[in-house]
Amino acid sequence: MTFGDLDVAHAHTDTQEPTRRDFLYIATGAVTAVGAAAVLWPFIDQMNPDASVQALASIEVDITSVEVGQSLTVMWRGKPVFIRHRTEAEIEEANAVPIGDLPDPIARNANLPADAEATDANRVFATGEAEPRLEWLLMVGVCTHLGCVPLGEQGDYDGWFCPCHGSHYDSAGRIRKGPAPRNLDVPEYEFVSDTLIRVG
Amino acid sequence: MSGHSTIHYKNPVVRWIDTRLPIISTMQVNAMDFPTPKNLNYFWTFGGILTLFLGIQIVTGLILAMHYTAHVSLAFNSVEHIMRDVNYGWLLRYMHANGASFFFIAVYIHIFRGLYYGSYKQPRELLWMIGVVILLLMMATAFMGYVLPWGQMSFWGATVITNLFSAIPLVGTAIVEWLWGGFAVGNPTLNRFYSLHYLLPFVLAAVVFLHIWALHVPGNNNPSGVEVKSDKDTIPFHPYYTVKDFFAIIVFLFFYAAFVFYLPNTLGHTDNYIPANPLVTPAHIVPEWYFLPFYAILRAVPDKLGGVIAMFAAIAVLFVLPWLDTSKVKSATFRPLYRQFFWILVITCIGLGYLGAKPPEGGYVIASRILTIYYFAHFLVILPLLGIFERTKPLPASISESVLAKHGGGGATAAAGAASAPENRG
Ligand code: HEM
Ligand code: FES
Repeated sequence: MTFGDLDVAHAHTDTQEPTRRDFLYIATGAVTAVGAAAVLWPFIDQMNPDASVQALASIEVDITSVEVGQSLTVMWRGKPVFIRHRTEAEIEEANAVPIGDLPDPIARNANLPADAEATDANRVFATGEAEPRLEWLLMVGVCTHLGCVPLGEQGDYDGWFCPCHGSHYDSAGRIRKGPAPRNLDVPEYEFVSDTLIRVG
Repeated sequence: MSGHSTIHYKNPVVRWIDTRLPIISTMQVNAMDFPTPKNLNYFWTFGGILTLFLGIQIVTGLILAMHYTAHVSLAFNSVEHIMRDVNYGWLLRYMHANGASFFFIAVYIHIFRGLYYGSYKQPRELLWMIGVVILLLMMATAFMGYVLPWGQMSFWGATVITNLFSAIPLVGTAIVEWLWGGFAVGNPTLNRFYSLHYLLPFVLAAVVFLHIWALHVPGNNNPSGVEVKSDKDTIPFHPYYTVKDFFAIIVFLFFYAAFVFYLPNTLGHTDNYIPANPLVTPAHIVPEWYFLPFYAILRAVPDKLGGVIAMFAAIAVLFVLPWLDTSKVKSATFRPLYRQFFWILVITCIGLGYLGAKPPEGGYVIASRILTIYYFAHFLVILPLLGIFERTKPLPASISESVLAKHGGGGATAAAGAASAPENRG
């Protein structure tokens, strides 16, 4: 190595000019930082959902037996998914609410653009449909507050009620009262046939 | 920590070891001869009790780990197996589960002792802050331990608490899925919590070592809050405080044993004897009792992110406490107003604990809000102002004097005179 006596002498003088030694310090530091970050990443990323978890990403559900006014709960990605065959009254009630009255005016429907309004029709829109099937509401049954499973046909809005910290959702699964910040999430889903739904 | 010792040991083996590794003399200086204020009361015995409980948790935990299986389909049954099949398994599990509760009882008394006697003030600020780190580590350890039996409360407690991080703007969901290792609390979550639950108590032990190191630089505070001025103010730790600590430990263990043997499930929640079910949330989820005041603060705030911030701030405020309390006088004995506010704070914390166990409706929510505001006001408004406006009582000249005054032994300031007409003094 050539940074011998000469450079050491430089480092000890009071020159303000950057020396070759300064450059070496900075270069060493930069390479070390990049290397440390590169080594650190696998240690962090190993905690993210792994391949086996990702592989369970989609399921098919037969809805033949779900009568009007009934619901079905299925497991998808370790979470409950509510599939509700809504009554006329529930659809009308949800339709009657002006968007301005909703704490969260966004549809939260993965089958629609991210900024779609939270109208009742937008809450029940599936991928690949021309018209929404108003009677079928499908959403992730996880409270958007802190993740409890809300109870069906309860609360002040004829929808769901979360017992954990008192969030009320309406008959379209939209948050109406309580600490939850968002409407219940509608995951990606499609009707494979009139009686078969694929979620995810 | 210290270099060469000045102690000369007669025993040649002891001397041989100590001149090469001064562990014997270090122990003698720090655990035996250590000069300790002579007026410490029983509130000073909780440090020893806490160290003992860390030991109890580690020993019983190690044994539980020999019989426990961290898998979602086996965990619940393996805990029942410990309870029913393993020799004395019921005892070890009840010692561990109730040990966590008694650990927290002791740490809360220890913390309020510090608040009452101003032990967080100069020169013990760092000692206090390390203590707050210990509290946080204990909370993380106990939270993850409670997930391991994989009952309904384990599962839903884990769900609610990890979801707190989803309140973080933008990256919240990514962080939560990273914590879970999935899209919900599941097997990867259970496994990593087990790994960390095993690790953290040893980290805790290391931080406790730092805590004691930081204690041994300035030495103990004491009920008078006056620093040690001379040798007359102190006595050696051994035998005086080893005996006192030992006696307190026996009494404390008496209560602990009463719970382990006669009330082993009183402090727990019955729902945790129902296996975890990701599709059904119990009607009423409550955390373990030691988290209730913080849980009440979380729920008092109507906004999700706001609630999470308030809950963490309730502990964060303790970190800066040494700079919020502007009074130079340490002990509440000489601070007539602070003493009253101290007790109001104690009642506030107990009240928050009570409210944390109640459903989040109507009057309970309003009461939680009032108490939450008061909790923060105590630290952020009352303490800074008290230091300016409070008229403190005259301090004794030394620890010795305060002891003599208290016991009517005459001295420069007789107790009766000082107490009845402090303003006439001097
Ligand atoms: C700071 C010290 C510790 C605290 C506060 C603590 C706390 C807890 C708590 C609250 C539980 C749940 C008990 C229940 O309801 O069943 C638990 C379970 C468990 N802990 Fe710990 N623990 C500590 C140290 C340790 C250590 C050092 C180990 C292992 C070496 C360990 C291993 C276990 C195991 C295997 C379980 C599951 C069995 C069971 O649930 O009874 N713990 N812990
Ligand atoms: S988790 Fe549903 S209200 Fe808090």
